[in-house]
Amino acid sequence: MRPGAEPTFRATDLPVILPAGEAPSHRGFAHRSFAASSAASLRLFTPAAAVVLFAALAVSILVAPAFAQLAQGHRPGVLEMLAKWTPLLFWGPDGEVAGFVLNVVVSFLTMAMGTVLGLFLGLAQVSPREWIRRPAWLTTQLFRNSPWLVLLFYFMLLLPYRIELFGTTIPLPGWAKASFALALPIMANLAEIVRGAINSIPTGQWESAESLAFTRSQTLWMIILPQCMKRMLPPWMNWYQILAMATPLISILGVNDCLRLTRDALAAEGSSEYLIPMYLWIMTWFFVYCYPIARWTQRLERKWSVDI
Amino acid sequence: MNVDNAWTPDLPIIRIADLYKSFNGIPVLSGISLEVAKGDVACIIGPSGSGKSTLLRCINALIPIDRGSILFEGTEVNSPTLDKLAIRKKIGMVFQQYNLFPHRTALQNIMMAPVHVLQQDPAEVEARAWTLLKKVRLEEKANSYPGELSGGQQQRVAIARSLAMNPDVMLFDEVTAALDPETVKEVLVTIRELVDDGMTCILVTHEMGFAREVGDAIYFTDRGVIVESGPPAQFFKEAKDPRTRAFLSQIL
Repeated sequence: MRPGAEPTFRATDLPVILPAGEAPSHRGFAHRSFAASSAASLRLFTPAAAVVLFAALAVSILVAPAFAQLAQGHRPGVLEMLAKWTPLLFWGPDGEVAGFVLNVVVSFLTMAMGTVLGLFLGLAQVSPREWIRRPAWLTTQLFRNSPWLVLLFYFMLLLPYRIELFGTTIPLPGWAKASFALALPIMANLAEIVRGAINSIPTGQWESAESLAFTRSQTLWMIILPQCMKRMLPPWMNWYQILAMATPLISILGVNDCLRLTRDALAAEGSSEYLIPMYLWIMTWFFVYCYPIARWTQRLERKWSVDI
Repeated sequence: MNVDNAWTPDLPIIRIADLYKSFNGIPVLSGISLEVAKGDVACIIGPSGSGKSTLLRCINALIPIDRGSILFEGTEVNSPTLDKLAIRKKIGMVFQQYNLFPHRTALQNIMMAPVHVLQQDPAEVEARAWTLLKKVRLEEKANSYPGELSGGQQQRVAIARSLAMNPDVMLFDEVTAALDPETVKEVLVTIRELVDDGMTCILVTHEMGFAREVGDAIYFTDRGVIVESGPPAQFFKEAKDPRTRAFLSQIL
């Protein structure tokens, strides 16, 4: 690492997991105090947390039926109930993309839109032209500092349910509108990552590219951004994980995601004792989906925090 | 490119007249004038902070100047209509920190600019890149990344990268200052060979012995002005200005 080149993670003020040395549970006690402050958020995702989560699920499965039988005579057991609803909650009703699959689809779609928009917004923020830079900065700040749920409500109401384009009608279902709304804060946060990464590349790289007569856009796309990739990937993955966990927000807007279907299922069962196991079951899905991403991000950060 | 038709190769390739440059109101260059003829080597020496590196960056329009004139092959660099890219294609520059592109191999570093800037045929460029690597004695490192090379090796790749553009002039900005003493020599040998091939060079350096050996003219700068200049034999023996003498006595 050259002097003067700050790693991305410190060059931004983003809520990004810092490469704070090692998670204590993996490297013994030597790093414990050193990593203590910034690794606090990581601790949520240690194997111990997984054990606690599964233990809670197991207890609720065992205990809840007892209460159920006390209350109402014969009712199906919790396992039976979960088995009955799982296909619907996971895949959604037939002929419809819904349930947990929809959460994943929305997270992909949102991340794709957010990444493309964020890349260009980040580039706009480092533009030498003030009339590009200033609005880009304002846009970034606006969407970084807005509550996601408010943005969701806002765009659900603002966007039509279909758009007419060259005589064809393109339907705009709720999940598409929700994806767009969620893509905006993702865009703003990724734009900050892009800006931070570009600024963390030593100025000598710009200078030598300029002296070789590369144009500014050639320098950006061929020399600067390729070097940014390694710096951007871990925080990018971190944002994907945050987004994936935030997708149940869309259930409030009437999109048939897994949380919304869970509530429907609970209503159909008409009994509150299934509430805890059912929600824990759904939580487990998100955990199983997101936890490996978090671990992988940590690994990449550790691997890449030293070189370049 | 608005080449002045009056320029011919027997005129100075670079002619700087009364150049002024300041950063945030702090003067860095205060009336620099110098001329470099084709095939000549001008060495600029002086204490750090005397504006040597800034001067080099003004020549290829990396930094805009406040006042004065820089004529490169008859083209005014200090002109709002200047085609900066056209100027930079003809002026090679090598930096103290090498500034190789770390995500590309040595060979790719050399090939990038000719292929993408000059739009030359990649196969031809590659052949030339190999020749250049041979010239700087780094053929076996063609597929190494800059991070795998020593400082001296990186600097030689950087020189080859600039040469791949077939420049008319090479600017060297303290190219050995960041190197270990034992690797300085291999870089100086490379520059020496360039000079022997007739390349026009401007060398900002602290290597007095080397300046004396290869230089056609030595310029001593201090606080943004050229205090004293002359051919090396005369300059190092009969420095008149007390500032020059003080500097030389510290260094030699």
